[in-house]
Amino acid sequence: MTAQAERTRPPQAGTASQMAIADCDIHHSPRQFTMLYPYLEPRWREHLDLFWQRPRQGNYSGPQYPKSQPDASRRDAWPPEGGRPGSSLDFMRTHHLDANNIALGILAMIRPHPGGFQNLDLSAALCRAINDWQVAEWTQPEPRLKASIVVPYEDAAASVAEIERWAGSPGMVQVLLLSRTVEPLGNRRYWPIYEAAAAAGLPIGIHAFGNGGQPTSSTGWSSFYIEDMVGHAQSCQSMVTSMVVEGVFARFPSLRVVLIEAGFAWLPPLAWRLDRNWRRLRAETPHLTRLPSDYIRDHIWLTTQPMEEPDPAEHLRDTIEWIGWDRLLFATDYPHWDYDSPQTAMPLRLTPQQRDAFFIGNARSLYAPGEIGRAEPQDTAQP
Amino acid sequence: MTAFAPIDCDIHPSIPGLVALLPHMEEHWREIVQLRGIDELNSISYPARSPLTARPDWRPKTGKPAATLEQIQRECLDPFGSALAICHCLYGVQLLFSEDMAAAFARAVNNWVAKELLDREPRLRASIVVPTQNVELAVDEIERCARDPRFVQVLLLASGDQPLGKRVYWPIYAAAERHRLAIGIHAGSNYHNPPTASGWPTYYTEDYTAQAQAFQTQLTSLICEGVFNRYPELMVVLLESGWTWLPAHLWRLTKYWRGLRMEIPWVDRAPSDIVRSNVRLSLQPTDGPPDSAGLQRVIEHLQSDELLLFSTDYPHWQFEGTNALPPGLPQSLVRKIMVDNPRATYARLLEPVQ
Amino acid sequence: MNVQLRSDPAVSAASRVAIADCDIHPATRGAADLHPWLSQSVREQLETFGQRRRLGMEAGPAYPKSQPNASRRDALPPEGGRQGSSLSFMQAQHLDPNNVVLGILNPLNSGQGLANPELSAAVCRAVNEWQVAEWTGKDRRLKASVVVPYDHAEASAAEIRHWAGHPDFVQVLFLSRTAEPLGNRRYWPIYEAAAEAGLPVSVHAFGYGGAPITSTGWPSYYIEEMTGHAQSCQAGLTSMLVEGIFERFPRLRVVMVEAGFAWAPSLAWRLDKTWRTLRAETPHLKQAPSEYMRQHVWWTTQPMEEPETREHLLDTIGWMGWDRLLFATDYPHWDFDDPAHVLPLRITEAQRSSFFLNNARALYGVDA
Repeated sequence: MTAQAERTRPPQAGTASQMAIADCDIHHSPRQFTMLYPYLEPRWREHLDLFWQRPRQGNYSGPQYPKSQPDASRRDAWPPEGGRPGSSLDFMRTHHLDANNIALGILAMIRPHPGGFQNLDLSAALCRAINDWQVAEWTQPEPRLKASIVVPYEDAAASVAEIERWAGSPGMVQVLLLSRTVEPLGNRRYWPIYEAAAAAGLPIGIHAFGNGGQPTSSTGWSSFYIEDMVGHAQSCQSMVTSMVVEGVFARFPSLRVVLIEAGFAWLPPLAWRLDRNWRRLRAETPHLTRLPSDYIRDHIWLTTQPMEEPDPAEHLRDTIEWIGWDRLLFATDYPHWDYDSPQTAMPLRLTPQQRDAFFIGNARSLYAPGEIGRAEPQDTAQP
Repeated sequence: MTAFAPIDCDIHPSIPGLVALLPHMEEHWREIVQLRGIDELNSISYPARSPLTARPDWRPKTGKPAATLEQIQRECLDPFGSALAICHCLYGVQLLFSEDMAAAFARAVNNWVAKELLDREPRLRASIVVPTQNVELAVDEIERCARDPRFVQVLLLASGDQPLGKRVYWPIYAAAERHRLAIGIHAGSNYHNPPTASGWPTYYTEDYTAQAQAFQTQLTSLICEGVFNRYPELMVVLLESGWTWLPAHLWRLTKYWRGLRMEIPWVDRAPSDIVRSNVRLSLQPTDGPPDSAGLQRVIEHLQSDELLLFSTDYPHWQFEGTNALPPGLPQSLVRKIMVDNPRATYARLLEPVQ
Repeated sequence: MNVQLRSDPAVSAASRVAIADCDIHPATRGAADLHPWLSQSVREQLETFGQRRRLGMEAGPAYPKSQPNASRRDALPPEGGRQGSSLSFMQAQHLDPNNVVLGILNPLNSGQGLANPELSAAVCRAVNEWQVAEWTGKDRRLKASVVVPYDHAEASAAEIRHWAGHPDFVQVLFLSRTAEPLGNRRYWPIYEAAAEAGLPVSVHAFGYGGAPITSTGWPSYYIEEMTGHAQSCQAGLTSMLVEGIFERFPRLRVVMVEAGFAWAPSLAWRLDKTWRTLRAETPHLKQAPSEYMRQHVWWTTQPMEEPETREHLLDTIGWMGWDRLLFATDYPHWDFDDPAHVLPLRITEAQRSSFFLNNARALYGVDA
């Protein structure tokens, strides 16, 4: 994506001139689903064999809205040795981590994330297996990569147990939910998860997608994949609204939330709207003692992919200022087709402080404060 | 086996895969499928390896059950001595949201069925798979396939976007009545609504059980909305519904009709009468009591021997061996179930086929 | 202790056998009836923002009823107020002449299923207080249900524990259309509390959980909603059985209220058949679903099933068990079942007394 940026600036070539960056949304997956089986109890292997995954949708496998590319991925991201895009650590290293000088990559397991499965016991078992697998086969061999704890979020007690299992583990830097849940994410049923994450000092990462089992919009099911994709902005707005208005941030003052792959330009107008409505209707929510926009400002970060593309590009500066230069976390969404290239994604001229914050500083503060492995910037020019 | 050559009103050939449908699509859709890497449209209504989906002796070592004509002949048509069998292809066309894509897939499925099954085996008939996502396109597909006398019915699913009696769907019934096609409502869902009034269940066991309730809902809707008043010749067949729920449902619906007729004044006959004239139910599964005497009572409660249509539901696992008929049925009823009722239901079965 | 004032029941009641009525709907005359038990801030919230159910209508039902308040027109109290809102009129019109010696109150519109959890819990508590103050405290034939904000398990368990042991409360009340199916583990703490307290859980048709009221969307007509309670309650019961709540809470008892009952045998047969084929999915179930049903579930009888051939009902009840049914009138609703005419069948005395009284006595532990 970011074709517009390509028109306005020539891409920079070569890794040697690039600064080290973070990528806060990388999608790994096992080459075949059965490669998770060594991490899974036999009872659940047998269950999967007979009944499979049963997400809250009619499709037995695959997405509800057919993608635009096979596996929704860049056509050049299929590993030469075979397997899905994102399934080969070796290929990811050369094709992406090395090529883009990624010093800190955050893995978000969404293919599949078992959190939305109908059978909650299966969900919990598979989450455990995936977490074991990603530490053993991704974060341990590759120090640049950190993983997200997948939890069976429709079962708060089981999620808490899984968070507690991994709390303190250096390979795990956040708890991962999907955005389309059975009830809006501010609902109390999810609060024990927030409590456990906050207690463990882990941010909650909420990645767009999932299936809560209801239509993907408030007005039913749309027809096209593009509507599904664009619609994440709407469903994430209602998710943020729910978290703020239900008082999640009032209740858990140390909680940090990262919105992943949801876009971000919608956030300022949403915050203004929430403030306005709260001023008028605050009798309904006595538990809120601050403006919604204050809660948002203090508790929410957002990854940058898919990068917003206003025309003129300078309008993006306004948007980021409204949100805060400390709030955005650069992400590529590798290996997906709408990947944002670090070379071209940011069309604005940035100060060195902004550039550092945007491309790596914010991510380090959030995910890896005091971590080893900081690479010195090799060049002060734009990446 | 009996002396009658039955008409099997519900069998499920499998499309081997999306790749098999490609030759039956227009070039644009072939390209789209390949360009976009579209996944197989399999529904969670029948998980591939669940015990219910295929009886062990009908499950091949590799590949899908009922995926070749040879399997269908050897496992289904020949052992039961069937004179005819009606194919219901459950490839998940209804799961799509894009109306045009759904129409393209529906056309491809119907073309595949005609070429791979109907052309090669004279005992086979089929139901027309339609894109209910867009009623006009569904009617187009009915008009197209109705020209082929081997299509005898329009296939709909037990749970969709709206209850099937709603007027938005009436053009489908008009087209079916026009062409003397039955309407076949088959177990399954597009899952655009949760499977129950209280949302999503946990287990497949619940989902499959809930299919019976979906049929009850649809029957209520069709009757109350007046579909049979408007289309009095229409025959509706409930496929793979379990059927033993019917008497209890009619008691309740008929009782409420007496009390609440003011809202639906066009329903000028008791629901139980409407069902006896316009609704039929396939035999398998028979959710019967453990004793054959009990099942006789249930049949007695139906108060009609014209309702049941023989079916095996091949290759789903509903019975053992060739015991598709529950034990203890009187011979006169057996003949009705196996031959007379299907013939009376499917007007087009009696038409000559080249 | 209140002295009970009764209009002279001697003549009519003497000719009537004593019965239990396991589904009576008391009503408030207006919102103010609950005010003694609602805080100022809750009252203000309700007045400013409304109840906010998971439904578009601010008040009233999703499907307009066939009669005002879905009630008998002759049940309007002479002193004014809605049908079911006057104890004295209920006594005169129903309890006394029908010789109801045990009446189970199921107050609907009790704040269950509201989107705001605090409001839901507050209104439920107020309704529970109101039942004691205005009904069971004044007429000892009446027993109350603990209404709970069932979509919030902790608050519900707390409400049950608050009332556990109180002699006026004989069950916990759910509505049937919950946010998730009734067997879902989010409800387990409620079942645990109910089982501990020795209280059956009663599931009454209706409620707005947020999903369409059928698996295939929203139907058009009230008659479809009414008929449809059979379907939604079958799914709710299926969930309870298949999720194994009776294995987990062996003391739990469940009553299905106002959903009909003739569907129970065919559901049991279907469940057993499906369970046998798919057993690998549910290793937590140690016996067939129909066994759990037989041991743990009861049904109220209204609306009484009316087969064309009346005797068919004997088959149905035979399959279920004569010990499973609890007579109910649904007073004051329009589809009220009159005990004098409801069971026009040749049955034994033992069957008749089980049906009309003894099953209820045994279940509710009330020696009426």
